[in-house]
Amino acid sequence: MLLMKLFFAFIQVGMFSVGGGYAAIPLIQEQIVNIHGLMTMEEFSDLITVAEMTPGPVSINSATFVGMRLAGIPGVLLCSIGCIIPSFCICLTLAYFYYKYRTVGGVQTVLGALRPAVVALIGSAGASILMLGLFQTDIRHIALGDIRLVELSIFVISLFILRKFKVSAVSIILGSGVAGTLIYALMGAIS
Amino acid sequence: MKKDYSKLGTLFRCMFMLSACTFGGGFVIVSLMKKKFVEELKWLEEEEMLDVTAITQSAPGPLPVNASVIIGYRMAGVVGSLTAILGTILPPMIIISIISVFYQQFRTNPYIAVALQVMRAGVAAVIFDVVINLAKNVLNTKRVLYIAMMLLAFISTYLFGVSAMIIIFLCLGIGLADLAVALYKKKKEGA
Repeated sequence: MLLMKLFFAFIQVGMFSVGGGYAAIPLIQEQIVNIHGLMTMEEFSDLITVAEMTPGPVSINSATFVGMRLAGIPGVLLCSIGCIIPSFCICLTLAYFYYKYRTVGGVQTVLGALRPAVVALIGSAGASILMLGLFQTDIRHIALGDIRLVELSIFVISLFILRKFKVSAVSIILGSGVAGTLIYALMGAIS
Repeated sequence: MKKDYSKLGTLFRCMFMLSACTFGGGFVIVSLMKKKFVEELKWLEEEEMLDVTAITQSAPGPLPVNASVIIGYRMAGVVGSLTAILGTILPPMIIISIISVFYQQFRTNPYIAVALQVMRAGVAAVIFDVVINLAKNVLNTKRVLYIAMMLLAFISTYLFGVSAMIIIFLCLGIGLADLAVALYKKKKEGA
């Protein structure tokens, strides 16, 4: 039965996608295109485009897209729930132990060593997105002459506002989207 | 853990808004959560948020969902977890369900393409804001080991594309070694 097949396929996706959203893409391809033949490779590449262009975690986005295309709303629910069941069980267990033992001296020492690494990982994600925003490519392929000035000014102004005033992240992100689109539209750069 | 159900409404609302505005990967939402839950609402301590990030990164499944499970558990036990997950997965489920129907129009709309591009600059500003605060605190520990780890981790992920999982596990190893050294010193002093 299709719904059950989808449900179990996405439980596996949720269980084995270790290390961020893009790790889920090849797993979904394996399950949906290769094993069950439910989608063509072309439909699957549409999925990647949509998952990247919309907010939210890549695997939930993909689960919803696949579910909707193949089985409508029940498909959306089963795929998404399947995708989060492993996360839920594993992280709840980890959370339980973390809050039980985090004040123990030895655990503090070990966690202390993880914190600088996490700061670096977040910084690295920020730098990648900035490069993508300013040059539309990654650090290895940038040419300084290609810098996009509208995006650069939005970045600088947003960062200034964030450092100086108490504003929510959501309003900065939405505000920069609206402001940037308006500027490009006024410049006549959108056709 | 004391259970406080009075925060469930705010928890759901925050997760929903953050998830609806998170473009581009798990670490983006982690920065947003840090800003919301540590700086604005003061529900969590900064170190706790970094620990939660390290845990979510080493567990399988989508990072935003993992983080919701743990933060929800922290605020209101299992009920909190479920509330936070719901808040996180609803926006992508709704957005993608609609988009999968109007996929062609969505992909070819020039305004949407520009808005998504400029929004990256705003997202980058939010992440930089968070990272500046976090990095300051690592520098304030004045431990050469931590500062060096932060720099090396940044260089290896950003410039050499080493996966986040590997960084976390390496630093876990360093933390354990650090603990072993501390215990050895203590034993020697005691003897």
